[in-house]
Amino acid sequence: MATQEQRTSIVWDYAPAPESPDHVRLRDSYGLFIDGDFRDPGDGTRVQSINPATEEVVAEVAFAGPGDVRRAVEAARAAQPGWAALSGLERGKYLFRVARLIQERARELAVVESMDGGKPIRESRDVDVPLAAAHFFHYAGWADKLSYGMGGRAVEPLGVAGQIVPWNFPLLMAAWKLAPALACGNTAVLKPAETTPVTALLLAEILQEAELPPGVVQIVPGDGAAGATLVREPDIDKVAFTGSTSVGKNIQAALAGRGIPLTLELGGKSANIVFEDAALDQAVEGIVNGIFFNQGHVCCAGSRLLIQESVAETVVSKLWDRMGRLRVGDPLDKNTDVGAINSREQLERITALVASGEEEGAVRRTVVCDLPDRGYWFAPTLFTGVAPAHRIAAEEIFGPVVSVLTFRTQAEAIEKANSTPYGLAAGIWTDKGSKAFEVAAALQAGVVWQNTYNKFDPSAAFGGYKESGFGREGGMSGLRPYLRHDVSDPGVTL
Amino acid sequence: MIRRLPHVDRVGIEERAATLGKRSIKTTAKQQGIRLAVSMVDLTTLEGSDTPGKVRHLCAKAVCPAPSMPEIPSVAAVCVYPSLVAVTREALEGTGVKTASVATAFPSGQASLDVKLRDTEEAVAAGADEIDMVISREAFLTGDDARVMEEIVRVKDVCGDAHLKVILETSELGSYDHVRHASMLAMEAGADFIKTSTGKTGTGATPGVVLVMLEAIRDYVDRTGRVVGMKAAGGVSVSKAALHMLVLVKETLGDEWLTNERFRIGASSLLNDLLMQYQKTETGRYARPEDFSKE
Amino acid sequence: MSDRLPVRKTYKLFIGGAFVRSESGRYDRAGEFNIPRGSRKDVRDAVAAARKAAVGWAGKTAYNRGQILYRFAEALESRAADIGAERSDVEASIDVLVHYAGWTDKFQPVLGGINPVAAPFLSFSVPEPTGVVGVVAPDSPPLLGLVAELAPALAAANTVVAVLSEDRPLPGLDLGEVMGIADVPGGVVNLISGRRSELAPALAGHHALSAIVNATGELAAEIDKLASESVTRVRHTSPATDYATATADPLSRLEAVTELKTAWHPVGA
Repeated sequence: MATQEQRTSIVWDYAPAPESPDHVRLRDSYGLFIDGDFRDPGDGTRVQSINPATEEVVAEVAFAGPGDVRRAVEAARAAQPGWAALSGLERGKYLFRVARLIQERARELAVVESMDGGKPIRESRDVDVPLAAAHFFHYAGWADKLSYGMGGRAVEPLGVAGQIVPWNFPLLMAAWKLAPALACGNTAVLKPAETTPVTALLLAEILQEAELPPGVVQIVPGDGAAGATLVREPDIDKVAFTGSTSVGKNIQAALAGRGIPLTLELGGKSANIVFEDAALDQAVEGIVNGIFFNQGHVCCAGSRLLIQESVAETVVSKLWDRMGRLRVGDPLDKNTDVGAINSREQLERITALVASGEEEGAVRRTVVCDLPDRGYWFAPTLFTGVAPAHRIAAEEIFGPVVSVLTFRTQAEAIEKANSTPYGLAAGIWTDKGSKAFEVAAALQAGVVWQNTYNKFDPSAAFGGYKESGFGREGGMSGLRPYLRHDVSDPGVTL
Repeated sequence: MIRRLPHVDRVGIEERAATLGKRSIKTTAKQQGIRLAVSMVDLTTLEGSDTPGKVRHLCAKAVCPAPSMPEIPSVAAVCVYPSLVAVTREALEGTGVKTASVATAFPSGQASLDVKLRDTEEAVAAGADEIDMVISREAFLTGDDARVMEEIVRVKDVCGDAHLKVILETSELGSYDHVRHASMLAMEAGADFIKTSTGKTGTGATPGVVLVMLEAIRDYVDRTGRVVGMKAAGGVSVSKAALHMLVLVKETLGDEWLTNERFRIGASSLLNDLLMQYQKTETGRYARPEDFSKE
Repeated sequence: MSDRLPVRKTYKLFIGGAFVRSESGRYDRAGEFNIPRGSRKDVRDAVAAARKAAVGWAGKTAYNRGQILYRFAEALESRAADIGAERSDVEASIDVLVHYAGWTDKFQPVLGGINPVAAPFLSFSVPEPTGVVGVVAPDSPPLLGLVAELAPALAAANTVVAVLSEDRPLPGLDLGEVMGIADVPGGVVNLISGRRSELAPALAGHHALSAIVNATGELAAEIDKLASESVTRVRHTSPATDYATATADPLSRLEAVTELKTAWHPVGA
């Protein structure tokens, strides 16, 4: 497809390189995965999950009604004592099986993830699916080592975990939730996001193939109401939520007074800070990766670009040039860099916020590219002349839109970076190690990337400060949210 | 003047180079890319055992790499030692393929400046269109940037109309920061092309090194307006690597750099792999290496 | 069918990823088999192979090492019937490999960490592989006794030269064959059968060895003395008898084969 580079004629372009979906085997209709098998919804409905790049149907799935959610929780409760009674080694072996099966079915999972959610196949293939497998593999190995990961404390599982995951990394977020919960001896009810249920259901098939005992995991797609129902279920012992800050606050409020441990992984407006002594070309790559990876549908996206004034013009010029080379289009084309916006609703939100940016006086530049007629698309966009008070600088856009602000000194950069209720991530670009560490120490962010961005690993803890949430996923800190360590006071909130 | 090195982040640059290696080049794009790559090849023979006979065979192949596939273009140049320039020139007369010669005590560059200039003058007098010189790594590694540049200026001076490629010998420089710095020195000193390696030692044109040099060129051209070309040599022996090079060029400098006037690939065995891969795109079958003559 | 002559196995040492006879050409009997009687030169070759493989093995990600150890477990499980050891010995060995496959990317935060020094520096300590680890395996259990010391050494990114059980070397030599179908790179594990009284001293006295783990319960003084010549680290331990004893104190096993590196970096622009 054509990109910004139409200013000179194209000498050589990449031919379409479609990843074939032929090898993908999807059922005509998926039931709810409860107690080890797919079941018809009781009081739920059947819904079609749409491919946001083509607006075609990917699969029909069941959405859980309140009764279905109740059934799911009951199944998890029934299975929990048996699961916790297994040795850590045995629990770990189930999870190792899941990891290996994800690897075996990797290609299929990647294609379906791109079809259901809109992200480029290169990302689902090279990031989402391998990390999901790695997450199960990592936590499989913790299952028989829990007290080593908890400073020698004697630990017990919490019980039944209600887990709600978002639409931006459907399979990966399911892995981030299920793997530690199960390793620690909990059972789970997972509620995938409304627009992206399919890979979670393929994961359910994988759990069956791994012979995971029935009831250990339930996977019950649904809308926001199903999530709200799950959170209010009386018989759960733990809630874990990844999603927007506003919904996160609702959940925290809904759990008030119940003494149920909660982890929240919410939104962000992360600052990506470029100092004048950075490796500038690599910083530009990091900026691009920070905001255009997964179309900017990333909680930790580097959506505020803070550039030291002495190099601002150079960096913006390089960035704009680089943005012009981004290939936007068919998620299943292996050469696509930026895919489709996940839903019509999300597209409307992005469009509205971008319009507000122009109204408030920021200067907008959007990459010119051929976009398909069908599907939901937003071309990569850069705002300069942004003031910290502008909505585009303060609110999470969750789209391929970066706002540029400048600073003169390190202290100013830190102050600007911290001036937000959010605190999920930050990027620091400098060639000076001592500066990188000093700035990292001063930032109110749970994840600080130095001379890189959007790097994830199952062994590295991830989570936010302030209104970006609390609790950590990954590493030994990721065990803590799923264990009870004060056995004399079971009601303690972790 | 104390040397101030530029900043290149190794992890970042290698990641970007590797990501660009994942571009999927198929069908028509692959065919076109292979033809483009062939047109950019400097077909090279730099052996102690080279003779006029060998060089003449190589020139014939350079002009018409695959008689059975006439749409395959000629290569860009034939690259030889100065003693074989005259033979090469004669064999390539009227074909449009350039005669390139190494010079300046290639590959080590460990000789006096006078010897290096004499070496260059002889190659130019024998008819070389292009001179591939080596920088003094001895000067570079002792921090003597002024001498590195001075040598390039003096060699450029005796090149006359011949265009000058400056070989950095990147595998001996030690770091990407050094590669970028050496690129800048060479361009400031008047190089027409900067080139990765002699092909005689260490690793050659790795994707990371090539990307660093392309980014250096980009900044230099933006600042001065003077176009400098890039030659990737050493280690580019299979089509996949050559196509990766084209992707790096396209996505760093743009399509206007996809011409043999601005980009070359120094190679010997690469050419046959390009032909084999081209044949596969036509027939769908994996080829037999012996079907293509070495010279 | 009963007249069919079976093709007998030739047992060989496992060095540098290849199956080789002892350079000495000597052999011992084990049941109906001739097995190589390893020599000090075989030990020398094995240590050279282990050193060569060390950089590549330590250069892999911890995750990759974990995957390889897990695949080693997969391979051992699939070949369990071929190993000439008791079923319980084989199953415990598989489970030990699974256990240590899970340690490769976890012992670092447990054994290392951030040092809150009283000065403006970021100081951290990282456990790194010690290098080539020698293992002197006990006579019994013939497989688990070996695997219980092999697995932690590998999990900590070391390469290994092991002297096998003298009484029952076949399960150890079978393990070499299993490694051939796992993805363990050549030279990462080297297995030598023969007389312990010759091989253990040869190993302990090799200056290029970084550490030696002796699980036999004997030869302690001799090994200690030889190790002292080049400050080789020594750990004496009783043989693991079952899964529980093999995994009872993983941190001590891991600590014995790692070196702690502490780094300091200023914090301040």
